[in-house]
Amino acid sequence: MAVTLDQTIAQKQRSRLAEFVGGQTFWVLIAVLLACLFLSFATDSFATSKNLYNITRNVTFVAIIALGMTLVIITGGIDLSVGSVLCLCSMVLAVTMNAGYSIEVGITAAIVTALVIGAFNGVLIAYLNFPPFVVTLGMLSIARSLAMVASNNTVVFQFGPDHDKLLALGGGAWFFGIANPVLYMVILALITGFVLRWTRFGRYVFAIGGNEHAATLTGVPVRTIKVAVYMISALSAGIAGIVQTGWLGAVTTNIGAGMELQVIAAAVIGGANLAGGVGTAFGALVGAALIEVIRNSLGLLGINAFWQGTFIGGAIVLAVLFDRIRNLRQSE
Amino acid sequence: MIDDSWRFCINAHNRFSGRRSAERDRRRLIGNRVTGGESRPAGSGEGSRLVAVLELTNISKHFGAIQAVNDVSFTLEAGQVVGLMGDNGAGKSTLVKMIAGNFRPSEGTMRLEGKEIVMHRPVEARQHGIEIVHQDLALCNNLTAAANVFLGRELRRGIGPFRILDYKTMYRRAGEIFKELKSETRPRDLVKQMSGGQRQAVAIGRTMLSEAKIVLMDEPTAAISVRQVAEVLNLIRELRDRGISVVLISHRMPDVFTVADRVIVMRRGRKVADKAIAASSPEEVTGLITGAIEQV
Repeated sequence: MAVTLDQTIAQKQRSRLAEFVGGQTFWVLIAVLLACLFLSFATDSFATSKNLYNITRNVTFVAIIALGMTLVIITGGIDLSVGSVLCLCSMVLAVTMNAGYSIEVGITAAIVTALVIGAFNGVLIAYLNFPPFVVTLGMLSIARSLAMVASNNTVVFQFGPDHDKLLALGGGAWFFGIANPVLYMVILALITGFVLRWTRFGRYVFAIGGNEHAATLTGVPVRTIKVAVYMISALSAGIAGIVQTGWLGAVTTNIGAGMELQVIAAAVIGGANLAGGVGTAFGALVGAALIEVIRNSLGLLGINAFWQGTFIGGAIVLAVLFDRIRNLRQSE
Repeated sequence: MIDDSWRFCINAHNRFSGRRSAERDRRRLIGNRVTGGESRPAGSGEGSRLVAVLELTNISKHFGAIQAVNDVSFTLEAGQVVGLMGDNGAGKSTLVKMIAGNFRPSEGTMRLEGKEIVMHRPVEARQHGIEIVHQDLALCNNLTAAANVFLGRELRRGIGPFRILDYKTMYRRAGEIFKELKSETRPRDLVKQMSGGQRQAVAIGRTMLSEAKIVLMDEPTAAISVRQVAEVLNLIRELRDRGISVVLISHRMPDVFTVADRVIVMRRGRKVADKAIAASSPEEVTGLITGAIEQV
């Protein structure tokens, strides 16, 4: 009797590999790979190094923010302000450097801006129990407006004494010809993945999304964690803004407009559940990649660009549909 | 071997819930083990020989004009299951919340192992070895059983600020706890996929991480199937056999009469009965709850 109990308790129901293969992220990854395979045969221009370089680089801005967004979504929240925060941080960086300050000062100012905005969102949500949707919707409007105030709604393309450094930071390829933004994305994804799986903070993020009440009762510092999560989300938008500024070489007040929806789409396609409790860093990257491949392929295949929204929207619904079907089967 | 015979006793007992003799024998056997030779008859008049873990003296609690708990005194003894019964609004929850550190009593004192304690937050109660199993169990469905057991008390390894979750040890410890509880619960399974009894085991498993002295259980059998109730009652027995005193809040008369040694009945904030289960009957308790019998 005791032996069977031992065996039962020690039994692993499913290996981690099996779990991964059964998950939504895996199927989206397969879809991305199949699409790439198909495109490299169907078109001459897809599998060129220039196009792949472009794709990987375009993915990064959405992917970096999707990493932060994934944390927010895992806690059961949402952050609609990321596009505007990206714009504001880019603008703070641009204006500071334009005024003659060094790149270090500019980046510090941009990151502090991001953290302050994230803390503001987080405190309102965690301590005053505002719905995340409302607070971040307000911030979406506020941050973009502040960016316009900061720049007087002009385009900034002169970055003072460290102009070249900033362009190299965003537009260079310091490591084996891989575009710098891609490097940043990979590093940030590894950090996010590590934090989610191996730290107590990551565990608490999942616990809050799973059952916030239970987390509170068991002594998880729910409010602190929530504030931190919104700060990380804003920080990821700020980092993406800094990198994007270096890559574009100019900042306007309409960059990042509508980006929050792409970012949320990437996170959701990659397996994050808007109800909270589920999501991975790798999923965020895969989701962002699928969106970019769809966009790129439509152009290459000569399909009217107006169709883009339909395909991306279809991908969102399809990805979640797979998950629904799997859940239905499990519950039966 | 001994484990098997106990298990059989429990099963037999559950099947014929009227038969209490097997249960008594078993309890005496365990009593010998726990207290080291001293025989420990269940409940009844010899209770004074047991160690008082928690002593409540003239505890009252009022919220504004509402007198939720009125001048209640009782003692909890190690390795004893006390059923706390009463109608809705009788003051059971308020009483338990005071013991768990959620509320401070308006009047009266609490003594833990002879020392007076004043608690301001639930965390302090936990530090004193008082654990509570919440009615809704407070589980995160998206996490594994082990993660839920260790929630808020994760084990980590590493140096200084660079510490990572110690999955291996947590799985092993959680496995050991489930084994002690004799529950077929796998530490690596998601709580989402578990039965009511297994979920209860996870929630109870939390109380076994530290050296708990008192476990308060709020309606543990309210939301589960009849078959799983037996499983939960076994879990309660496992706690008792470890020398933990268990306070069981329940509406279900059969559960209290199956597992408890003593029953305390509350009505309108007052304690109206506190006696050994063997000396009481479901009819009497029902009368006490409804007020048909004033006081015993």
